[in-house]
Formats: sequence, structure tokens, C-alpha cells
Amino acid sequence: MNSSNKIFEKELLIKSTTDNLALIREFTRSAAEESGFSDETIGKIILAVDEACTNIIKHAYKYSPDGNIFITIKFEDNKFIIAITDEGNHFDPARVPEPDLIHYYKQKRAGGLGMFLMKKLMDEVKYSTLTGNKNQVILVKYLS
Amino acid sequence: MADFNVNLRGVGSVSVIDVKGYLDAHTAPELENVFNKLLDQRQFRVVVNFDELKYISSAGLGVFMAYVETMRENSGDIKFSNMKENVYNIFDLLGFPILYEFFKEEKEALQKFDSQG
Repeated sequence: MNSSNKIFEKELLIKSTTDNLALIREFTRSAAEESGFSDETIGKIILAVDEACTNIIKHAYKYSPDGNIFITIKFEDNKFIIAITDEGNHFDPARVPEPDLIHYYKQKRAGGLGMFLMKKLMDEVKYSTLTGNKNQVILVKYLS
Repeated sequence: MADFNVNLRGVGSVSVIDVKGYLDAHTAPELENVFNKLLDQRQFRVVVNFDELKYISSAGLGVFMAYVETMRENSGDIKFSNMKENVYNIFDLLGFPILYEFFKEEKEALQKFDSQG
């Protein structure tokens, strides 16, 4: 059976703490490996998921450790889909400007780097609001 | 629990920070502590040796963004060395090579400081 025939769905429900990022990366790695991606692409997917969850911990839950982060990873038709859902503050991705490194350098700060990386690393990044005040970001990578 | 370790050593007038393992939003504060210590000691010439760093996210990159200008305002700098390709690629994606100097070996970064006096 080649990788294109594989279909699976995996779920992880965890709390919004940064010490869970290592677990999130491991969960993502295992699913991406199972799907047959190269090591380089697996690295990109892991980083994109880390960035998405870091943003949720930081912005949606403002570092409160009690929030839920629900991750589902689905692989079918060579499409690797990660859906990450939270119940925190809604945030509007349109209001986050593209990062400007020279500007940040002068300001001695950095922000928006994570969102920018996610877009660079993945084939698709979509934000939506679900019923029940939930926010969802969907990251997609195609196995070529 | 992310596995990260940071070590600080002096080489002549330069402070070398060895980073090891996984640098993410959970472990970035440990690196910030080291930079704060350097500012307290007025040590502004810094080489970060990435030889044993396996992973970096934007939270780690943000630490370098936060401190580099202060170092330069005080005639110092943050220079990078011994970076693995997968880690360098992330810096590159975000345009860091415009603002920072990267060296293959730590000694080249140290020499660059020496040549700057």
C-alpha cells in the first residue's frame, strides 16, 4: 500500500500551557511521519503547528493555563489537514500586519512572526469562527 | 517538557551563549534571562553558538530581535555561529540575514569582533 491510500484521523485535547508545546510537536511529528512526508517537510509542519498553538496560548488565552486546545489531524487523498480549535478570545488575522524586520529592529520587539511563518511553511492557512464562540485555524500540506 | 539548555562562557571580551535542544515559547524565557544578565554586566559583544540547537520557533527568534539593537547601541552585536541548515532556514525565511551576521564556525565570529576592535 502506498502512502496515497492511507486515511487516518487523530485527535489531541490539551491545556493551553507552553510546556505542552513539546507534546504537540511530538503528536504532529508522528502523524506527519505516518503520512510519508520528507524530514524537511515534517519539520515545516511541526513548526507551523507550534506557531499556531503558541499564538492561541499567548493571544486567545493570554497565558491562562486552563484553556482547551483541540487538535485534529486528518490525512486523506494526499492532503494533510490540521484543525486547531480554541475557546479563547477571538482574534482577527486581518489585523495582524506582515512583519517588517527593519521596523521591529528599531522597536526592539517582534510580533506576527508566527503567522507569517505559518503562511510560508504551509500550503493553506485558514482562520474561522465556529459556533459556541470557538476559533479555528486550519493548516493544510499536500503530499506531492 | 521541552528539552533546552543554555550555557554562558567568556572568550576574551566576547560572551558566548551555547544553546542546546529546543527553543520555543516555553524555553525562550531562559534565553532572555541570559541576555538580561549580560545587560546587567554591560557585556554587549555576544556570539550565539547554535551547534546543538535542534529546533527554533518564532518565540526564540523574537529574543534576538529584542536584544540586538541594545547591543549595537553599546558598540556590541549579536552574531550567530554553527547553525544547522534546518534552523538557518527559519532565520532565512524571516529575513534575518539582512540584519545579522552568520558564521560557520564560532572562531570566525570571534575574529570578526576582534577585527572590529
